[in-house]
Amino acid sequence: MLGLLWLLPAIPFASALALAVLRFSRKQVAWIAVGATAASTVVSVLVTIAFLSAPPVAHAYTQVLWTWIDVGGFRPEIAFYLDPLSLIMTLVVAFVSFLIHLYSTEFMIDDDGYSRFFAYMNLFVASMLTLLLANNLLLLYLGWEGVGLCSYLLIGFWYRDPANGAAGRKAFVVTRIGDTAMVIGLFLLFHDLGTLQIQELMLRASQNWHIGSPVAVAAALLLLGGAVGKSAQLPLQTWLPDAMAGPTPVSALIHAATMVTAGVYLIARTHVLYSLAPAAQFAVALVGAATLLIAGFSALTQWDLKRVLAYSTMSQIGYMFLALGVGAWPAAIFHFMTHAFFKALLFLAAGIVIDALHDEHSIFRMGGLRTRLPIAFWTFTIAGCSLSGLPLITAGAFSKDWIIWGAWSGPNGNAGLWIVALAGVMLTTLYTFRMIFLVFFGEASSEVTKRPGKAMLIPCFVLAFLSIVGGYVKAPFARFLETVLPWTEGAHSVPITELVSEVIAALVFLMGVYLAYIFFLRKRAYAAALASSAAGSALHQFWFSDWGMDWLYDRVFVRPLVWFARVDKGDFIDGFYAGVARMNELAWRILSRTETGRLRWYAAGIAAGSVVFIAVVLFL
Amino acid sequence: MRRNLIFILMSIEIMLNGTGVAFVAAGSRWGQPDGQIMFLFILAMAAAEVSVGLALVLRLYHLHHNLDADAANEMRG
Repeated sequence: MLGLLWLLPAIPFASALALAVLRFSRKQVAWIAVGATAASTVVSVLVTIAFLSAPPVAHAYTQVLWTWIDVGGFRPEIAFYLDPLSLIMTLVVAFVSFLIHLYSTEFMIDDDGYSRFFAYMNLFVASMLTLLLANNLLLLYLGWEGVGLCSYLLIGFWYRDPANGAAGRKAFVVTRIGDTAMVIGLFLLFHDLGTLQIQELMLRASQNWHIGSPVAVAAALLLLGGAVGKSAQLPLQTWLPDAMAGPTPVSALIHAATMVTAGVYLIARTHVLYSLAPAAQFAVALVGAATLLIAGFSALTQWDLKRVLAYSTMSQIGYMFLALGVGAWPAAIFHFMTHAFFKALLFLAAGIVIDALHDEHSIFRMGGLRTRLPIAFWTFTIAGCSLSGLPLITAGAFSKDWIIWGAWSGPNGNAGLWIVALAGVMLTTLYTFRMIFLVFFGEASSEVTKRPGKAMLIPCFVLAFLSIVGGYVKAPFARFLETVLPWTEGAHSVPITELVSEVIAALVFLMGVYLAYIFFLRKRAYAAALASSAAGSALHQFWFSDWGMDWLYDRVFVRPLVWFARVDKGDFIDGFYAGVARMNELAWRILSRTETGRLRWYAAGIAAGSVVFIAVVLFL
Repeated sequence: MRRNLIFILMSIEIMLNGTGVAFVAAGSRWGQPDGQIMFLFILAMAAAEVSVGLALVLRLYHLHHNLDADAANEMRG
């Protein structure tokens, strides 16, 4: 049964190819695309059952398909590697992608590019599964870039509006900056250790490098650069809010299943390397902590429903990075899983709302939808509670409490990170309930024109179910991951217990709900007054513009580069190529003279040419 | 130099026949049948060539109302 592993990425890839090349009716397209992801999910489940019922040797199974390249000792294979980590990731990715595809069949039904949309979506899933299953870093990098390509294609899906194209390009260029760092990291690893096969690499790294050796730190930091770009963390987070230009299911796919979690996976996959480089690992924690705060504050000020969710994703990925940084590896993967459920659900429910209000994105122009879109309200609220961590009931609470506890008790944890994580809970609760109160409560201000059908509702129900029960599997989850990602609790003494940490997080959550209730439901004037005071409005503007990051990057990088390009237009190299072009033009003028259109001249030319040719052959 | 298209076509025919005779002569010199087989090929080719050529000449005559090869120089550079 484990031999079916290769089908996981192969099926969606084949389906993407078929949808891109052949023509089908809308109904056929839907069946093929959803069928491919469903087949992938089934394969994933079969593989999981086989893996659980008869665990392979050393809890890992490798399937070598063929040798990709073989030059000078460099011998990457097209090979898939299945261990508890990649197993959980593929299962979640395949399943959530399947639900999002099902939802999209109805959501995109009126779109002209129906087939194109599903071709990209399937390719996206195939790339992500390749990334997850790759047994060497080069194949992982192939999936990594495939994911980047698909995000570009899908963010700019409605390409007739230039702004969407710009958003797609921005995502592509910004993630490419991180990818460049990652490629250099791969070069460094191969140069020093002589292989890119992940398990072998980790083994050799721990044999050849001592803890804290500069080369290990450099390699870990370079890989972190790639992860930061892909996962939209500080300082390369600016592409994610603009990525909302794509259709809503794309946002759900990017945020929940594919793309942004790739960075988390990369660090978890190479965690041995980070254990060898404590400085780099601490950098991961700092990046995560900083991003979760910055994105949380930005989310508080956005008026676009999807942008709030985008910043929320950044913030939640920040939690995962924090968990990775402090050494609470399984907590990060657990949060990835619960986040995949509730964030996909938030986007799908938001899609229903936006669709129902005729493409209205502003949360201030929504309101009172609780009674008119009850299903969207309940699913969105469940996902929102899970996101902000409603204790004991929702999945998000279990994973987040684990991270918060790990932020202090983990090998690299300390009280400062713990406080940051708690502050993150406060922010998350505030912006989540701000959304819920503004969108679903209060007075109705716009007309509901469309109601969701079955294909849009079923994924929401399934995800709502998982957003609640997903948390109860924490203990078996940790046991299952133990062979890959060890969790050493209590590496240093902590003055509080895990229970106390959870109770404090729950209190912070309740306080957040209460504050959101005051500010965004009972006394909206308070929030307005706060935002319109001098300091408040400046801060609001600052947070709204993502802490001025776009402005800063525009001034520091984009404008100087454009200026220099303009100034440097006529330099030596340019002159050289212009000269080549002019030479060709001259040659064309001379040669065109000989083309008289007279048959006799051509015949004479052929005859003379053959005489010369024969003479050369005969006499030389 | 000839400018008449019919004459040019005839000259080509004669050149082809010249090569044909050369093949036959060479075949007889070395006692091989290949020369005559080549001649049959050339014959078939010449027939095809002359039919296409004459069709082109007819079209050109329709277009220019004369048979001057230099008149058909619309494709000069």
